[in-house]
Amino acid sequence: MNGVVYLRFELLRTFRNRRFYFFSLGFPVIFFWLIASPQHNKIIGGTGLTYAAYYMISLASFGTMMSMIGTGARIAGERQVGWTRQLRISPLSTRAYFRAKVLTGYAMALMSLLLLYVSGALLGVSLPGGRWLAMTGLIVVGLLPFAALGVLVGHLVNTDSVGPLMGGLVSILAFLSGTWFPITSGFLHSFGQFLPSWWLVQARNVALDGQGWNARGWITVAAWTAILTASAAWAYRRDTGRV
Amino acid sequence: MTVQTEGGIQLRGLVKTFHGPQGPIRAVRGIDLSIGAGETAALLGPNGAGKSTTIDMMLGLAKPDDGTVTVFGRPPRAAVDAGLIGAMLQTGELIRDLSVRELVAMMAALYPDPLDVDEALGIAGLKDIAKQRTQKLSGGQTQRVRFAVAIVSNPELLVLDEPTVAMDVEGRREFWAIMRGFAARGKTVLFATHYLEEADANADRAILMARGRIVADGPTTEIKARVGGRTLRATLPDVDLAGLAALPGVVSADRHGDAAILSCSDSDQTVRALLDQYPQAKDIEIVGAGLEAAFLELTGEPDIEEPEVVAT
Repeated sequence: MNGVVYLRFELLRTFRNRRFYFFSLGFPVIFFWLIASPQHNKIIGGTGLTYAAYYMISLASFGTMMSMIGTGARIAGERQVGWTRQLRISPLSTRAYFRAKVLTGYAMALMSLLLLYVSGALLGVSLPGGRWLAMTGLIVVGLLPFAALGVLVGHLVNTDSVGPLMGGLVSILAFLSGTWFPITSGFLHSFGQFLPSWWLVQARNVALDGQGWNARGWITVAAWTAILTASAAWAYRRDTGRV
Repeated sequence: MTVQTEGGIQLRGLVKTFHGPQGPIRAVRGIDLSIGAGETAALLGPNGAGKSTTIDMMLGLAKPDDGTVTVFGRPPRAAVDAGLIGAMLQTGELIRDLSVRELVAMMAALYPDPLDVDEALGIAGLKDIAKQRTQKLSGGQTQRVRFAVAIVSNPELLVLDEPTVAMDVEGRREFWAIMRGFAARGKTVLFATHYLEEADANADRAILMARGRIVADGPTTEIKARVGGRTLRATLPDVDLAGLAALPGVVSADRHGDAAILSCSDSDQTVRALLDQYPQAKDIEIVGAGLEAAFLELTGEPDIEEPEVVAT
């Protein structure tokens, strides 16, 4: 119960932070309009999707990944000022702490997603209600590994390196996962499927034919979630010292 | 709600060594300490004495290599979970983007039996700045907010690790007045400082640490006499030591050849009485014992394996 009030203030703090509006919300939407609006109804070769639909999901995956890993920046900041140690001498449980961090990340991710859906709809993306929901569901599940990754990064890295690390990591993952252009064959195609971000981007197939992930997609996301959650829990436990 | 405070705080055989690049740093080397419920105790010592490491172990933030800690009969983590401990750690700033009131309310919500948020703000003297954002406070204001965060839990044990370190004289005075007000509610308070005056003015008891050990422990008046007093030397052959020791302001008397050496808690009184009763006293010399010197004296000879590196 105590975790609920804690979460409320955590959300309040996060939404008061202006940097969040730029990187997690503004940046993906601006890119979407720049890339998709000139030719929004044109079909992208090899995908069957319009530019608008393709980049709506691509940039949504980019923005939501950014939001979830952004948890890491907030944790690193709290560690830097000694706040994590202050929390450790309170009854706030590890579970409630993680829950607040992860739910805050999700709240930001859902705002980013909503903005891109609205932008997509304005550029002619039209889907049956069930498909919007299915797509959202896959993205929410696909973000689980990134929720854990955010906590992991936050407890391993200091505030100076967390920004470049996050930016670099998300850019590479976005590139390898077909965010910017379709990857339909070759080495990158085989390799990408091992990445959790690949499946996040694949949520767009729902828009095309209502089909979600195949078994491989679910297994990949589940495996990354398990590995990263265990690592995050380990990083949190060892991180008791003075920074 | 009544809270079990039986047993106070017990540290038994506490040892903690850190492994640094220049070899092991023996921060705490065997500490035994009991603090009764309701006591206000000062942990006094120079930098590197092991005060913060001891506090970290008491709060469950560091795990002792050897020995045990119990806080009101429980392990530190259980006492923390029960909301019995509030603490202001040595280093720490506030998280940003919340008002002072919101931050204190956020922390209050984590505890089973917190103070009313406005009451905590009142005690810490924060009513006027309750609506200010935490990133816009002065150093002294930040420390008072951290104090409010420590007490809003309504803890039975309040631990303050060098709380006035960034404050000016006026800020310090205000802070200690606030702390004494809280201690007067029957709370157990332990604070670390390297100022003897702070210990003397605000604690009933001073525990002196040096090089990871407790070197003296007693009522502040006694400790002050031992480490804050002066040493009076006078050439006084053939005088009974017991008579000298009975002079006002004398803590102990000793003799080196013809010289009498008196450790004084109040050397002004002693010198008047001395000249009055022993007009033959010559070569009178009064030397102030600085805290550092007193620490060295109390610590005795350095250990043979003494590492030069010390913890903070």
